[in-house]
Amino acid sequence: MSLSERLHPGLNLAGTDPEGHEAAEETLFGFWIFLMSDLVLFAVLFATYAAMSVQGIAEGPRPAEVFDLTAAFVETLLLLFSSFAFGLAMLEMKYRENRRGVLVWLLITGVLGAAFVGMELHDYYVMITEHAAPPQASGFLSAYYLLTGTHALHVSSGLVWMVIMAVQVAVFGFSTPVKLRLMRLALFWHMLDVVWIGIFTFVYLYGVAS
Amino acid sequence: MLIVIVPMFVALPIVLWRYRRGGAGAYRPDWEFNWGLELLIWGVPVALVVALGTALWRQTITGDPYRALGPDPLVVEVVALDWKFLFLYPEQGVATLDLLALPEGRPVTLKLTSGTVMQSFIIPQLAGQIYAMAGMQTQLNLVADRTGDFTGRNTQYNGLGFATQSFTTRVMSPDAFEGWVAATKAQGTALDAAGYAKLLPSSVVNAPVLYSQFTPGLFDQVMAGFAPGMFQHHGHAAMPGHAAMPGPAAMPAPPAPHQGHDHTPEAAQ
Amino acid sequence: MNWELIFGQIKWTSFVFAGMIENPSLSEAIASGAGSIAVLGALATVILLTVKGWWVPLWRDWLTSVDHKKVGIMYIAIALVMFARAVIEAALMRAQQLAATEGAGFLSADHFGQLFSTHGTIMIFFVAMPFITGLMNYVMPLQIGARDVSFPLLNAISLMLTMAGAILIMVSLVVGQFSTGGWSAYPPFTGIEFSPGEGVDYWIWAVSLGSIGSTLTGLNFAVTIYKKRCPGMSLFRMPLFTWTTLCTSILMIFAMAPLTAATIMLALDRYAGFHFFTNGDGGNMMNYANLFWLFGHPEVYILILPAFGVWSEVVATFSAKRIYGYTSLVYATMCIAVLSFAVWLHHFFTMGQSANVNAIFGIATMIIGVPTGVKVYDWLLTMVGGRIRFSTPMLYHINFLLTFILGGMTGVLLANPGVDFQVHNTLFLVAHFHNMIIPGVLFGMFAAVQFWFPKVFGFRLHEGLGRASFWCFAPGFLLAFFPLYWLGMMGATRRTYMWSNPDYVPWLALAMLGAGLILAGFALMVTQIVVSVRQRAQLAAPLGDPWDGRALEWSIPSPPPSWNFAVLPQVSSQDPFYEAKKAGIAYRSPAAYEDIEVPRNTATAPLIGLFACAWAFGLVWHIWWLAIVSFVLIWAVVIARSFATDTEETIPAATVKALNEAFLAAARATPGVTRDREMTSDNKGRAHPEALEGRAGTLASGTAVEAL
Repeated sequence: MSLSERLHPGLNLAGTDPEGHEAAEETLFGFWIFLMSDLVLFAVLFATYAAMSVQGIAEGPRPAEVFDLTAAFVETLLLLFSSFAFGLAMLEMKYRENRRGVLVWLLITGVLGAAFVGMELHDYYVMITEHAAPPQASGFLSAYYLLTGTHALHVSSGLVWMVIMAVQVAVFGFSTPVKLRLMRLALFWHMLDVVWIGIFTFVYLYGVAS
Repeated sequence: MLIVIVPMFVALPIVLWRYRRGGAGAYRPDWEFNWGLELLIWGVPVALVVALGTALWRQTITGDPYRALGPDPLVVEVVALDWKFLFLYPEQGVATLDLLALPEGRPVTLKLTSGTVMQSFIIPQLAGQIYAMAGMQTQLNLVADRTGDFTGRNTQYNGLGFATQSFTTRVMSPDAFEGWVAATKAQGTALDAAGYAKLLPSSVVNAPVLYSQFTPGLFDQVMAGFAPGMFQHHGHAAMPGHAAMPGPAAMPAPPAPHQGHDHTPEAAQ
Repeated sequence: MNWELIFGQIKWTSFVFAGMIENPSLSEAIASGAGSIAVLGALATVILLTVKGWWVPLWRDWLTSVDHKKVGIMYIAIALVMFARAVIEAALMRAQQLAATEGAGFLSADHFGQLFSTHGTIMIFFVAMPFITGLMNYVMPLQIGARDVSFPLLNAISLMLTMAGAILIMVSLVVGQFSTGGWSAYPPFTGIEFSPGEGVDYWIWAVSLGSIGSTLTGLNFAVTIYKKRCPGMSLFRMPLFTWTTLCTSILMIFAMAPLTAATIMLALDRYAGFHFFTNGDGGNMMNYANLFWLFGHPEVYILILPAFGVWSEVVATFSAKRIYGYTSLVYATMCIAVLSFAVWLHHFFTMGQSANVNAIFGIATMIIGVPTGVKVYDWLLTMVGGRIRFSTPMLYHINFLLTFILGGMTGVLLANPGVDFQVHNTLFLVAHFHNMIIPGVLFGMFAAVQFWFPKVFGFRLHEGLGRASFWCFAPGFLLAFFPLYWLGMMGATRRTYMWSNPDYVPWLALAMLGAGLILAGFALMVTQIVVSVRQRAQLAAPLGDPWDGRALEWSIPSPPPSWNFAVLPQVSSQDPFYEAKKAGIAYRSPAAYEDIEVPRNTATAPLIGLFACAWAFGLVWHIWWLAIVSFVLIWAVVIARSFATDTEETIPAATVKALNEAFLAAARATPGVTRDREMTSDNKGRAHPEALEGRAGTLASGTAVEAL
């Protein structure tokens, strides 16, 4: 593997231009740091949830009474498949620079992501209407809605970003900035998967089991 | 600690004088390291922290405000309100507003909670401070070893009346205390739930108020008013009353262990 | 017509002047006066800009600039303006406490509550933070031999978010009230039940804007230092200021998130009826205390570490000597940065956790004293074997060493839970943290201004006035805060607008005197800047090296060109410029010049700042249309920017060459000025290195050390 490939396994920037790769290195490294600070935020929200799901129940419902594990599982699958689809989009970009291929895979990613957000909103609706569990009901539910809501907000902004990137691919083609932005969006998208796995495990599985 | 500070105050003037421009000190612009000095400036503070840290650990354990200071403590329940303190004496059945009467020499266990925002309770001459928080109980143990009036107050800002939120702690001889209880009981007014509700709006109390009796369990009701779930799910939380963050203060504390250890004059020290 | 739809909760009585009309009193008059100053100040600025025709240059050369140097200057300008407000507030509070020992004084309890809340919030988030951020912005890229930070536009956005927060706090002087919950805004007091109204919301959104700005800054600087160092600049060749910048940046990345989370939760409690920190319904304010101090304690080190970096630069330069124990200082800095995350609980020893937990955090707190003590002694040893010049920055440094070590001692005392139980929430605590932050951070920044001012503007600051200002600040600080230790031990609580204890009066009077001296020091500092600007011809030092400097920033002209380095330097040691001067190879012409690409100015950042400010204002006053429109506009600007392709411009090699060769020729032609003539108009910025003078007289190493 050449140096540039090792630097950016997901990209295929104009092959022989080391300066381009150095600039890319900086941008992507910066994005990794951003993701790290975002993960710190999620860590804080997880910690808050961990405390409040035990001590903040008050007179409201307990976790096991309000969570729908089936829905959460389907959401997990949706998000994981959307990440997989994004991976395929990135391969199309790297090896073929094929606009149509990339756009199709992005569309699939987006649809799966939108389905995820839609299902989650439906979950909220069911919780509020059928279980009388709005965020105002207890500290536990406040923390639950904030944690999952922040994640959903991230996914939604990822979807907006995806639309913009689709437009940019159509307008600019695969210029270096567009490739770098797609790469960053991919990192962002995969990070949200990781966070969701945490939510699925600690909030839903653990919540229903305990 | 002076081991760290004094050398600076001694050496700095000498260095400044000696190595001032035109001073007698030899100019060595490239001198940058010396292992001996390095060991000294790391070693001394490390040794100091080991010594101070050990002392700190011991002091913190013995000075734990939750630690009972003797058998058969007088239990006083304290409810922090805006901008006054309500003291309940479950054993004696009396209550007071902004007056903490204590017998000399008998260990006292104060159980604190808040009917409003967080406050910090302190009687500087008798004990250190501890927060009082709604729906939770904290504890402060003390022994008053001399009679007299001592001012106590809230130190956590809680609004317009904060500056004047203080109360008198009156330490009396045990006999005088019994007399005070009897006199208070002989009075007419009683404090019930409705009376407590009237105390909730913010106000400054100009003179202490005495109550001949109060609804038993009022303190627990005040706490339960904010945290019904706490008691319900106690077993589930599986946290001992006084152990880890952020659980401890949130849990009803277990009865203070009755240790027959030495009598420390100032509980929180 | 539903006015609330348009104006939210703003009513005519929300304006500060309404209070004066409805309820005239001295307290209201002071509030109205402060509001008037804010309004008139803004008006005067507008008139000045219009009369002088400065609107266009302000927009074109400054607000739209993404140059790290201009961004840095703007940060420091914000800090100084906000400092003026917060220091006056401090003096007002001191005067009130002194006046209120007999009678009620002249401020209402509510006004006093707003004063200590704005004072703390401004001093931390809008003085100390912009000051250190501005300084890091200006100096760090120059020290690592870079042309800019990694993400210049992001840098400008950080600035504009901070500015938006600062403007929001200034607006609160005129429209509505500020929080009375202190800078730490503990719920449930700051919850909607106990603090209805807009005050806490001002706090929440101003702090959130600053916090997001700082997160982005930290990210940007960390990437810059990791990725943009010039060839040969290994980590262990970086100047110490850059090291401390790196540590601070890492702290910012990790520590700002808990604050953002805490403010969001408090906002959800207040706006949407959530129960994070409410009394009852499962809310628990202890979570807030943990989150806030999980940010708040690292914050202390975010502020102090860059100041430590300044001290390292100052002491080495004005001792004309290498720093003692470079490696040791680096590791000490790293230790402090890591440990700063392990001590947050010492801010609430009194919350009822077990003695073991308190003991662990107490000991962790003491352990931080070790690397800090090491640093203090490293600076002392740096002076050993040097030739010390008592210039203004050095005076600040000496004052710092003596007062900081005393503050450190009280810190070790406070680390003991037993002591803390007694003096928590008293003026003892207030004295302690002012003792750390004023001589440490604030005077560090003042020293930095004196030190780097000639680099930034091309002329030195008036030395006499600088010293005069120091001689007001230093004793002023001692008088203002050492009595507070004593008052705290006597039981005087913090945030108290009146006491009736006559024993306090003499100590309060001393503190008031100190506050007066501090104000005088600030006035002298402003005078110093004005006088220096007027005498800039005599004070000019355009050749860039007025103090016989050591790091790369001194090797380029003052002020530096927008691209900083005509050719990226090649470094092979610590103190590269000092080594080059010693070897006689400084100011050599490079072999070849290349075109330089610099980012174009853009309206992106100021627009984002403007809309962020409007967004926050809309949220504070529940003007929902404004909040929604501004929020959409913020992101519209971001998206529009992502479609811009022509974002860079090229400076032709010939231009760079002409300018740089002219500078080098001037530098070579000017005789080096010795340190004796440093403060005279002979000093044009070409230094005759002290080390070359002293070479003949060097003794064998070690003797002076034994004498110690």
